[in-house]
Amino acid sequence: MAKIIVVTSGKGGVGKTTTSASFATGLALRGFKTVVIDFDVGLRNLDLIMGCERRVVYDFVNVINGEAALNQALIKDKRVETLYVLPASQTRDKDALEQSGVERVLDELRQSFDYIICDSPAGIERGAMMAMYFADEALVTTNPEVSSVRDSDRILGILASKSRRAVQAEEPVKEHLVLTRYAPERVERGDMLSVDDVMEILAIPLLGVIPESSAVLQSSNSGVPVILEETTDAGSAYADLVARFLGEERPHRFLTTEKKGFFKRLFGN
Amino acid sequence: MTSDRTLEAPFELKGSLFTLTVLRLHESDLAAIGAALDAKVAQAPGLFVHHPVVIDLDDLPVAAPPPDFAQLAAMLRQHGMVPVGVRHGSEAASSAAVAAGLALLPESRPAMRRSDVRDEESGVAAAEVLPATVQPTAVAHNRIIATQVRSGQQIYAADGDLTVLGAVSAGAEVLADGSIHVYGSLKGKALAGVKGNTAARIFCHGLEAELVSVAGRYRTIEKGDSEWEQAVQIYLAGENLIIEPLVLETSGHRKL
Ligand SMILES: Nc1ncnc2c1ncn2[C@@H]1O[C@H](COP(=O)(O)OP(=O)(O)O)[C@@H](O)[C@H]1O
Ligand SMILES: [Mg+2]
Repeated sequence: MAKIIVVTSGKGGVGKTTTSASFATGLALRGFKTVVIDFDVGLRNLDLIMGCERRVVYDFVNVINGEAALNQALIKDKRVETLYVLPASQTRDKDALEQSGVERVLDELRQSFDYIICDSPAGIERGAMMAMYFADEALVTTNPEVSSVRDSDRILGILASKSRRAVQAEEPVKEHLVLTRYAPERVERGDMLSVDDVMEILAIPLLGVIPESSAVLQSSNSGVPVILEETTDAGSAYADLVARFLGEERPHRFLTTEKKGFFKRLFGN
Repeated sequence: MTSDRTLEAPFELKGSLFTLTVLRLHESDLAAIGAALDAKVAQAPGLFVHHPVVIDLDDLPVAAPPPDFAQLAAMLRQHGMVPVGVRHGSEAASSAAVAAGLALLPESRPAMRRSDVRDEESGVAAAEVLPATVQPTAVAHNRIIATQVRSGQQIYAADGDLTVLGAVSAGAEVLADGSIHVYGSLKGKALAGVKGNTAARIFCHGLEAELVSVAGRYRTIEKGDSEWEQAVQIYLAGENLIIEPLVLETSGHRKL
């Protein structure tokens, strides 16, 4: 049975699209047939990060409106077998995401996919609501700062009260915390909240901590999900996250600053 | 009126909550009150214009005669206020107020004064036991929320108590006609006794609230206050909102 997973946050710019791309790629690398859908109608940047922007012919809204068949709009990834992207429309507005249309497309995807990853836009308006509504599980993406955590708390409230599972009184949406852009030295200086602070406020299980990393910007500029850059810190943090999602035990890494050696401490870098 | 409205009742009666300005009299001498009103209105002209005002007699010395309500009402109107009623009057004062066309408002005093609430063995005598002003409802509609109340959510327990097993996040709001119990930390707003039940209380395990209120009397709390992050109960003693730690006593009983 296919699982629908929303990557959501409330706040913009926290790393939802980065996480969606690497999470979907990671699941596909493990052999699961996975599709990642861009719900950010009008902005459309998942296809850039996935490196398939030049292959977009039809999009999610075309499929909802019946202007294209699903398999015409799905873009097959060139690097990872079993990975597909359903891009957003750049020209329509968010009202094009009409609930029964979204449901019809998701139902069709459920027939042949193991995982359906929904990359949510920021905010709590239509696009975000539609990305969340049908979810079975949620990756709540948060940066270690007060406003981001507050928005994530808000999103958790909406998941618990307005999602399809909540409305139909089914088992609640399974929630996972993904803490991104984590910078241990800024936490130690007290400029950022710590993992413990964030967990204390949100009180949901921690799936992964992704460090603030220059590798993210570099890989997204070249259209490669950072998880494919296996040797980078952010890439291996996403690989750990996927492993934990699939039930493997992996210790959390990148939570503390690297211990500097005696000479480095003495003379600086 | 168009014909299709003739079948409808000409009006509808509904209960509603309002914030009224309370004028607490310290004496009943109209000349003194008039002079003080002149001074207040001169300070802030226009401030009281069309404001509904309740005359509270609670602070009047027991021996003092009630004011002449008709004259007092006229004086308030001259200053732009709209007198609507009287509360905390003796029987005689209340009937004089009614005769002057004023309404009688329910008392705001809690059913028990703080001294009644203290440990009986401490020897503090019960000062005064007032009749309960809030009719106990036949069925208490208590609500239990088994999860955390998240930012942006508002939970209201009408006609009863509210119990929250998780935390109340910053930006969340919990309200009850009765008392509120929070087993996690209380970081949002908590308003107990929202329909005026002055005996309602708030209990929580870690007080970090943005605002707490009982029967309309509210307080904000800040990091650094002595109650911060403490397990406390919050209740009204007269007009004062008391925040008191839930202390484990030597007998092993929590103080209530
Ligand atoms: N772990 C990270 N380290 C450094 N930069 C990051 C990280 N995650 C995301 N970013 C950057 O933050 C910006 C916003 O990321 P994005 O995934 O588009 O967020 P969202 O989809 O939530 O708006 C991008 O410029 C991205 O490169
Ligand atoms: Mg995005």
